[in-house]
Amino acid sequence: MSFRLETGGRLIDRGAPRRFAFDGVECTGFAGDTLAAALLANDHMMVGRSFKYHRPRGLVASGVEEPNALVGLGIGGRFEPNQRATMTELFDGLVAESQNRFPSLAFDVGAVNARLARFLPAGFYYKTFLWPRAFWKHVYEPVIRQSAGLGQAPTETDPDAYEHFHAHVDLLVIGGGIAGLQAALSAAQSGAQVLLIEQTAHWGGRAPVDGVIVDGMPAGAWVAQTVAALQAMDNVHLRLRMQGTGVFDHGYVLAHERLTDHAPDAPGPRHRLWKIRAQQIVTATGAIERPLAFPGNDVPGVMLASAMRDYVVNWAVAPGRRTVVVTNNDDAYRTALALLDAGLEVPAILDARDAADGPLPQQARARGIPVRTGRAVVKVKGTTRVKGVGIGNAGGIGLATDTIACDAVAMSGGWSPVVHLWSHCGGKLTWDNTHAMFRPDPDRAPTGADGQPFVHVAGSANGALHATDCLDDAARAAVAAAAALGHQITAQPPRADAPAEAPMQPVWVMPGRASPAQRMKMFLDYQNDVKVSDVQLAAREGYESVEHTKRYTTLGMATDQGKLSNINGLAILADSLGAEIPQVGTTTFRPPYTPLTFGAIAGEARGDLFQPVRKTPMHDWHTEQGAVFEPVGQWRRPYAYPRKGESRAQAVQREVSNTRENVGLLDASTLGKLLVTGPDAAEFLDRVYTNMMSTLKPGRCRYGLMCSENGFLMDDGVVARLSEDSFLCHTTSGGAEHVHAHLEEWLQTEWWDLKVHVINLTEQFAQVAVVGPKARVLLDRLGGMDLSREALSFMGWVEGELAGIPARVYRISFSGELSFEVAVPAGQGRAFWDACLDAGADLGVAPYGTEALHIMRAEKGFIMIGDETDGTVIPQDLGLDWAVSKKKADFIGKRAQERVHMTDPDRWKLVGLETLDGSVLPDGAYAVDDGLNANGQCNTQGRVTSTYHSPTLGRGIAMGLVRHGPDRMGEVLNFMRTDGRTQPARIVSPVFYDPEGEKQNV
Amino acid sequence: MSELLCTEGLARIETVSGRGMITLKGELESRRFRNVLAKALDLPLPGPLSCAFNGARGVGWMAPDEVLILVPGEEVPEALARLRNKIGDHHITAVDVSDARAQFRLTGPGAREVLAKLSPVDFAPARFAPGTFRRTRLAQVPVAVWQKEEDVFGLVCFRSVADYVAGLLVNAAAPGSGVGYFASGG
Repeated sequence: MSFRLETGGRLIDRGAPRRFAFDGVECTGFAGDTLAAALLANDHMMVGRSFKYHRPRGLVASGVEEPNALVGLGIGGRFEPNQRATMTELFDGLVAESQNRFPSLAFDVGAVNARLARFLPAGFYYKTFLWPRAFWKHVYEPVIRQSAGLGQAPTETDPDAYEHFHAHVDLLVIGGGIAGLQAALSAAQSGAQVLLIEQTAHWGGRAPVDGVIVDGMPAGAWVAQTVAALQAMDNVHLRLRMQGTGVFDHGYVLAHERLTDHAPDAPGPRHRLWKIRAQQIVTATGAIERPLAFPGNDVPGVMLASAMRDYVVNWAVAPGRRTVVVTNNDDAYRTALALLDAGLEVPAILDARDAADGPLPQQARARGIPVRTGRAVVKVKGTTRVKGVGIGNAGGIGLATDTIACDAVAMSGGWSPVVHLWSHCGGKLTWDNTHAMFRPDPDRAPTGADGQPFVHVAGSANGALHATDCLDDAARAAVAAAAALGHQITAQPPRADAPAEAPMQPVWVMPGRASPAQRMKMFLDYQNDVKVSDVQLAAREGYESVEHTKRYTTLGMATDQGKLSNINGLAILADSLGAEIPQVGTTTFRPPYTPLTFGAIAGEARGDLFQPVRKTPMHDWHTEQGAVFEPVGQWRRPYAYPRKGESRAQAVQREVSNTRENVGLLDASTLGKLLVTGPDAAEFLDRVYTNMMSTLKPGRCRYGLMCSENGFLMDDGVVARLSEDSFLCHTTSGGAEHVHAHLEEWLQTEWWDLKVHVINLTEQFAQVAVVGPKARVLLDRLGGMDLSREALSFMGWVEGELAGIPARVYRISFSGELSFEVAVPAGQGRAFWDACLDAGADLGVAPYGTEALHIMRAEKGFIMIGDETDGTVIPQDLGLDWAVSKKKADFIGKRAQERVHMTDPDRWKLVGLETLDGSVLPDGAYAVDDGLNANGQCNTQGRVTSTYHSPTLGRGIAMGLVRHGPDRMGEVLNFMRTDGRTQPARIVSPVFYDPEGEKQNV
Repeated sequence: MSELLCTEGLARIETVSGRGMITLKGELESRRFRNVLAKALDLPLPGPLSCAFNGARGVGWMAPDEVLILVPGEEVPEALARLRNKIGDHHITAVDVSDARAQFRLTGPGAREVLAKLSPVDFAPARFAPGTFRRTRLAQVPVAVWQKEEDVFGLVCFRSVADYVAGLLVNAAAPGSGVGYFASGG
C-alpha cells in the first residue's frame, strides 16, 4: 500500500489539512500536496484505466509527463477532463473522478479488451474496418466514436475569467530549476530585462530532492537565496505556475500562467496566456526520466525512480513499503537511498549493467541493500497492484531465477532532456551516445531574422545531467544570451557538488531476448497502450519512418504526446529496422508543450466580447423597435422591423409596400465613404473605376464599378464629386476597408507619383435614405433646404441644413422610388432619424430593413455585390457594359476583361426570371440543360443569383445568370429544386418595376 | 460630457466626449512643409510614434504622411480654416473626423496593464513614456493610444466599436486581475 510517512515532506504543511473527494470518496491531504501525492497518501495508487485495453493504471510520474493519472476535475461549469493529478495542487473541496472506466475504477466492463489484446494489434483500425466499405459510416464509425476519447466534455458554461498579457523582454528564461535560476542571475547582472518562469509552484526543480550541494549549502537553501537575490533586482521578473508553452518565430513565446487553479474561489482570472516577445530565450526545462520496458511495467506500483523519491522527499508519501529498484544507471540509487532514509525497505536493486561501482552504488551496498548487477525484472506479479517481481538475466530470454515480494517498483532507463521548446522553432538535435539521449545541437539552433540563434539551452535540458555540469552550462548559456543582447558578461557560477556517476547503459528491452509474449506486456505508451510488440510489428509491416510508425501504432499520440514513450519507442523501431537511433530520428515536437485550456486561448473573447459588433448611430433605436438584425461584415444591420403579431416575411412585405406607397427610412450609415482628394484624384479614379470619373461635374453623382486586376467585379457604389479635386466614393457596407486598402496599395506601390490622399470617412457620417413618393414632402417639413426637382435633380447632391443639422443630400435611388440619401455628422444621426420619424408620422413613414432594400433593388434589376457577383463575374456578364469605359486608355481590370475567356459569348449573362405559377425560385438553383457531364450529372446552363417574393408585383421574381440569356427572352428554363423536382421559369428582362424610371425622377 | 465607465479595479476608465479630431495628410517628410504646418498649428510636430501636446491641443503621429490633430470640439471649423489659409500651395487634406471616432481616457498606475492585456504594443514605462503615440490593435479592433502625462492614457477607436472597446477596457481592468508586471521596474 501507499501511505503518508510520519515525518518529512519539504513541500507540505501538516498543520493545514485539506479535504477532497476522489470518485465520491472523502479523502484528506495537506496544503502543498499535489492531487497525485494526496491520492498516494490515501492509498489510491490505481488512478485510471488505459485507453485501449482499459488496463488498471497507476501513478508513474510526479510532473508534467504523467501519462496515467488523468482525472476529471471540478463540477458543473468548472468540470474539466484529462487534468494531470501530478500538476494539480490540492485545495479544500477539490472534486476529482477517474476516467475511462465503467461502471467503476475497480470493476470496468471495457477491461475485456485486454483479454482481446492479441486481436487488437497495431493498425487494428486500418486493417479491420476496411470492408465492407459501406459499413464505415453506419457501423464502424459510430461504434469507434462511442469508445474514443478520454474523459467527458464539459456541458456547462465556464464561470471563470481568462485573459491575455503581452510582455516584451530582453531575455526569457524558461524553467526555474537551479539551471534556470543561475542563468537568470548571471544574465541579470548585465542589466538586461529578464523574465524567469517556472511551471510548478516551487523554485529549484529536482536539485533539492536529489541532495545536491550548491556553494557549500543544500540546494534548497541556495535556491531560496538566489530567488531572494533575483527578486531584489529591478530588471528581473519571476513568475511561478507559468509554463513556456511554445516558441515561435522572431522570439515570440506563448506562456500559460495558472493563477487560481489552486485557489478556485480567489478573485481574478483563472488563467492568463502570456504573449511574450523575447530578444533571447534560455530554455532550462530539465530532463524527464525514461521508463524501462519490462513485462508488466504498467502494473500500478511501478513508478519512475525519480518520481518515487519526489513523493518521498517532497510530500512524505511512500508509494510502497517494499520497493525493488531496477535501473541501468547510477541516478536511480538515489531513490533507494531516499527510501531507506524514510525508513522503507529496499529488498534489491537490479542493475542491468554488469558492474555498478560508482559512489552511489557503493553507498547503497554500505547501507545493506543487495545490489544485483546484470539482472532484470522479467515478470511483475499482480494486476491492480504490484505484489512481486520475477528476476532474471538482463540479457536473457526472460526466465525468472527467483522472485522478490514487493509492493512497488522504481524503474529508471536513463534521462531524456526536455528539448521541446528548443525544437518548436527549428532547433535540431544530436544523439549523445554516452547518455543514450537526444540533446540540442548547438550548431543548429533556432535562428532569428538575423540568422543568429535566439534560443540557448541550459542545464539538464542541454544534456548536462550532473549538477556540477548543470550550473556551468547555465552560466555558459547566460553568457551567450547576454552576448547576443550586446552585453559582455563573465559568469562565475557557484560550484555544485553531487556524487560522481558511472556511465549508464542503454536498455531498450528488458530482458534483452524476451519472448514475443513478454514483449506484448512491455508498455511504451501507457495512455494509448502501445507495446514493444506493436512497434516491432509496424517495422515488420514496412513502417520505416518514425512519423508513420507513430500514426500507425498511436505511439506518442496521447494527451502526454509521448513524453515518456517517444525515445524508447524509436529506439525499438531503430533496432527492429537494424538502423542507428539518430538515423531513425524523432517525431516532430510541436506546441503546446502540455495541453492548455480553450479558455486561456480565447482570453477575453467570449460572450459580449467574442467579436466586435459595429453599431450605427441609430443602432439603439433599431434594437428598441425589436428589429431583427443580420450581420454585414462586422456591422449589424436591421433585416426587418417586425411588429407585434407579424412574421419576418410579413414585415418585409409591409416595408416594401409602405416605401413604394408612402415613405420609408433606411439606415444606410454602414455604406463605405472614402474621401479621395488631390490634384490627381480624377486621374486616379479613372484608373480604379471602370467608368470615366474625370468627366463628372462637381455637384453630381455617378454609379461606378471597381474591378480587380483580374477583371472581376469587386465593389460598386455612387461617386460624388465634391469639388474639382475631391470625390466621395461610396462602397458597399462590407467593402469599405477592403476597397480602402486596395486604393492605398495602388497608390503606395504603383502610382506613388500621383498626388492623391484617401481617407476613410465611413464613420464620420450617419446616412439615412428617405425613400418613397412622399420623401420630398417629409424632407421639406424638416426645413432648411430646397430639394425640389429643379434645385436637386436626379444624381445630384447639395449641402445645407435640415432640421438645423448640417446635411449633404444625395439624390440617388437604389429602389426605383424618389429617394434622397442624407448624410449628417454621426453624432447627430439619431437626432436626424428621430426628426424624420416625427415629421413623417402622418405620411406613414416607417423604417425598412435590408431585406426590403434587397427586394426593391431586385424589382428594379439592380445588381448586388455578393449576390450577382461571386468573384468570378465581370461587369459585362451583368449587362453593365455601359459602365465600362471604351474611351479610357486603361483601368484596373481592362486588360483582363479582353482575355478570350472573358469575351467568350457563351459566358452566362444576367437576366430576369419569373416562374410560370408565380412561386419563388430556390436561391442558387441551377437551370438544367440536355445531357450529362462526365460525372453523370445534369449539364447546366444557368443559375439563380437573387430570388424574392415581390409584394409590388404579387409574385416571385428572380435574377440569374444564363448562357446566352439576353438573347433568349421568353424562353422557359427548368430549375432544379432541392426535392429533386424541377421548376419552370421564363427568361424576362431583369427590370420588373418601372422600366422607364419615371418614379425616381419626379 | 464624459461618462465614467469604471473606477474600481486597475484603472479609472472614462469616455471622453466633445473632443475635436482632424485627420491631416500631407508631405510630412518635407522639412519645409513641417515648418509651415507647425506654425499653422502652433504646435511642435511630433516624430514617428509620438505626440505633442499644448494644453487641450495636440498632434499625434499616425503614419509617414498623416497626423491626428486633437482640439476642443468647438475649435474644429476654425482650425480647419487656419490650416487652409496658412498651408499655401502644399498638397494637404485636412478633414473633420470628430464624429468618426470615440475617445477614452485611462488613468492610474494600473492603466498600462489594462492596455497590455489587449494590445501587443510594449507598454513598459521605459518604452511607452509620456509623449508616446501608437497605432495598434486592442483585441480585435484598430485603435490609437497615447500617454499624455504619467499614468494618463488617451485612446481613440472607430465610433461603431465604442461599446466593444468600452467592454474590453472595463473587463481588462476588473478588480483582482492585476498582473503586477510593470510595478517592479519592467
